[in-house]
Amino acid sequence: MTRDLAVIGAGPAGLAAAVTAAATGLRVVLVDAGARPGGQYFRHPPDTLAGPRGAARHGWAEFARLRDELAGHVAAGRITHLAGHAVWHVEAHSEEADARFTLHLGGTGSVAVSSGAVREVRARALVIAAGAHDRPLPFPGWDLPGVLTAGGAQALLKGSLVVAGRRVVVAGTGPFLLPVAAGLASAGARVEGVFEANRPGRFARHGARVLRNAGKLAEGAGYAAVLLRHRVPYRVGHAIVAAHGDDAVESVTVARLDRDWTPVRGGERVIECDAVAVGYGFTPQLEIPVELGCATRVDADGSLVVVVDAAQRTSVPGVYAAGETTGVGGAPLALTEGRLAGQAVAAALGAPPARPSRRLLARRARLRAFAATLHDAYAVRPGWAGWLRPDTLVCRCEEVPYGRLDEAVRELGAIDPRAAKLISRAGMGWCQGRICGYPTACLTARIRKRAPDVADLTGLARRPLAQPVRLGDLAEDPAAGGAEDADGADPGGGGPC
Amino acid sequence: MVRGCARRRQCDILLRVPTRDLLVVGAGVVGAACAYYAAKAGLTVTVVDRGAVAGGTTGAGEGNLLVSDKEPGAELDLALLSARLWRDLAAEHGDEVEYEAKGGLVVAATAPGMAGLERLAAHQRAAGVRAEVVAATDLRDLEPHLAPGLAGGMFYPQDAQVQPMLAAAHLLRAARDRHGARLWTGVTVTGVTRAGDRVTGVRTDRGDIAAGAVVNAAGTWGGEIAALAGVRVPVLPRRGFILVTEPLPPMIRHKVYAAEYVGDVASDSAGLETSPVVEGTKAGTVLIGASRERVGFDRTLSTVVLRRLAAQAIALFPVLADVAAIRTYCGFRPYCPDHLPVIGPDPRAPGLLHACGHEGAGIGLAAATGHLLAQVLTGADPALDLSPFRPDRFAEVPS
Amino acid sequence: MTTAQSREPSGAMRPDPEPFEIIFAGRPVPVLPGQTVGAALHASGIRSWRTTRENGRPRGLFCGIGVCFDCLVTVNGDPSRRACLIEARPGDVVTTQEGGGHDA
Repeated sequence: MTRDLAVIGAGPAGLAAAVTAAATGLRVVLVDAGARPGGQYFRHPPDTLAGPRGAARHGWAEFARLRDELAGHVAAGRITHLAGHAVWHVEAHSEEADARFTLHLGGTGSVAVSSGAVREVRARALVIAAGAHDRPLPFPGWDLPGVLTAGGAQALLKGSLVVAGRRVVVAGTGPFLLPVAAGLASAGARVEGVFEANRPGRFARHGARVLRNAGKLAEGAGYAAVLLRHRVPYRVGHAIVAAHGDDAVESVTVARLDRDWTPVRGGERVIECDAVAVGYGFTPQLEIPVELGCATRVDADGSLVVVVDAAQRTSVPGVYAAGETTGVGGAPLALTEGRLAGQAVAAALGAPPARPSRRLLARRARLRAFAATLHDAYAVRPGWAGWLRPDTLVCRCEEVPYGRLDEAVRELGAIDPRAAKLISRAGMGWCQGRICGYPTACLTARIRKRAPDVADLTGLARRPLAQPVRLGDLAEDPAAGGAEDADGADPGGGGPC
Repeated sequence: MVRGCARRRQCDILLRVPTRDLLVVGAGVVGAACAYYAAKAGLTVTVVDRGAVAGGTTGAGEGNLLVSDKEPGAELDLALLSARLWRDLAAEHGDEVEYEAKGGLVVAATAPGMAGLERLAAHQRAAGVRAEVVAATDLRDLEPHLAPGLAGGMFYPQDAQVQPMLAAAHLLRAARDRHGARLWTGVTVTGVTRAGDRVTGVRTDRGDIAAGAVVNAAGTWGGEIAALAGVRVPVLPRRGFILVTEPLPPMIRHKVYAAEYVGDVASDSAGLETSPVVEGTKAGTVLIGASRERVGFDRTLSTVVLRRLAAQAIALFPVLADVAAIRTYCGFRPYCPDHLPVIGPDPRAPGLLHACGHEGAGIGLAAATGHLLAQVLTGADPALDLSPFRPDRFAEVPS
Repeated sequence: MTTAQSREPSGAMRPDPEPFEIIFAGRPVPVLPGQTVGAALHASGIRSWRTTRENGRPRGLFCGIGVCFDCLVTVNGDPSRRACLIEARPGDVVTTQEGGGHDA
């Protein structure tokens, strides 16, 4: 299948890019691993599952409009929506090629892709809107069942209408903790507390920017009201520094932190709970732009993000990026960037943009400034490394304790995170560093007495296979229209000499 | 005795200025082994690398210590010596470097292929290799998941494996902690210092380092270090991809490969060659290779290569079809035109020794390389004739 | 464990679709149509369904969105499925997974 534009990700940014481009007459393919459009932000249960539709959710009306537009374009044949399709690699062809990009799609593990699945898509331009996932920080006991990421608890609720636990502790940093806690409390959980590691009172000195984003504030005030109604305590300058239990979490130790997040002596207490929702911001999914060679930078929140220009163009011709990929900023910013990317692609491919984008540019600037303010107020402070013990796992998949990472860097010559990964095995397991990449890069740099830079973060973000691929699917070349040629598959063949 | 003359000639070059201090350029497994054996022999050793330990080709290797894939000759002699030395190293560091004396199994699909294997094995046995014929009916006793219908195989009990990054790191650590070597990572060599013809140290981005002798263990980048000293050592990159599966229970016990792998290893073709090489690791992942192509230092993922690797591995082990690949990486084998490494003093630049160009066998050959250079540096008779590996063996390119 | 369905104060409710069961470790686990395998297990108070290769530690849901691969489980004989992504179907047989999942 060949289209003018391929959009990766059907969250706010990808949806906006796809419908904007399609509205100008471009033929678009929208590829998404999820079963339903919306991404993580507009995650919703399937129609079979009774429960809240999105009406109560912030921004739902806009999402509903986009979803209707998508349905219209799909019906008209302008958008092909490939739900449940994971991209494992994007191949860039020479600039002379008419369709510069080949997206390789496949199953996501050990089960063969279904016969109806599309295996390969070609496109003239590419918009990467792959979104982000939670950014947890390790602490003793964070691998106990019942400890979930904040987004994980949210996904359980939004996608399957399941409450993470009866007694839940919410902790981490950032405004995202509020909707998570409010959602849990509204759904019947007893939220034992929300522990915000930062002291976002500092936020006040950015008053002017905050006021210009009154919408976001009202949203926050709404969650605060829910927490108040459910008598959920909200404590700043506190964090979960350990989780306890044998085969599942039974309690957590919450500590008061100083400004750098070093626990204050005597400021600890133990809270019984059966679930934990913890998150310290988000990590954008960068494997595809990194592999394509798109320039990256370290954003204000410490995440590796893709560099884009005013038209959402990356440094690689024909590749655009929008949403969290270019810097974590929330759904309204993602929608705006997605629209701008859709317009830019349309202009580049010769279709006239549907409407002038000055309003969108102003909106993007305002929302980015607001995001920068939040990143500043909710930054990860270095003292978290002090929560770790030598036996605390840094890498959950390969069960690499902090002591082994420390040994690799101090004793075995692993002076950068990539070498630390190769020698300690942190980041070498199933998740390929998606979860432990950020802490591993931070800890390695910290032991080397420096701040993590682009190279450090890239060392654990480079994943040439963007998704697991079943070997049986990989072995079949869809372009060849069948199985591998007999010569290539023959294990024996010629003699040794 | 001819060999003795060659050895004396090589040693003479160095002994003009006896040295007690050595600078090793490169902290890959070859540099690590050079540092380890030299420091153990009493030399004062400093290792520099522009990156981290095992950051180059070592970090992209599978860790094979093979005798099975080598035809009789200088490289096989080197591999046999290395296999013995690795066994000694494993006695002390075996767990740290994940040494596994797993053995290699070469399989043939056809009767002529099997006959070829038997011919090769006969020659190898004469050189000291242990090789045991495996009848078709016995293949699955060795490897229960092998495809049916193979003609037979050859089992090589001397083949072994280490985790290459850990091997480099722990050899360097032992050189440092037990024998006083120093390791400077993140230091880039920018030139050499000389007194007359003689190399007296290196220039780096952090200042000059004087040394009685300098070992070029820069792997695929060995040609560049040689050029800094004004000599030509033609080391070129030959790209290889590896596919890594999800962690699995022990399913594949040996290093298993098909007969044509030996031919590909020795091939001069610049085009893509792939042959199935499959092995399990202590970490549970299965490594799938091997591809060879000369494309410079291009790291772009090749779906053509990956598809062929997957198809060939499944042809050997059908059970792999339902297993997920979770990672792939490529590396650049340091390749010389005659497929032999460059080991020994460089008569064109006294004070400079080379230990590079080991192609895809660097992990395996590292121990012998380090051991032999330490012998040369301490004035002992090297255990093997180094003349096949001499740095000035390549025809000069007309300018 | 309760589901949010009965407690959610806002949003359009629709008639309950027919719940069904899946089998986990030989015992039935109730599922609401559309729930993932991981959500159904978690809702039934089952917090772990896999042990790690190295230390044999229990694991269940963590990231909930298919990124961390902690929740791997065997479904109808297929090992290493992400429980947080795979939608439960009536009669699914879910089994615990030790180490690498696949048969040795």
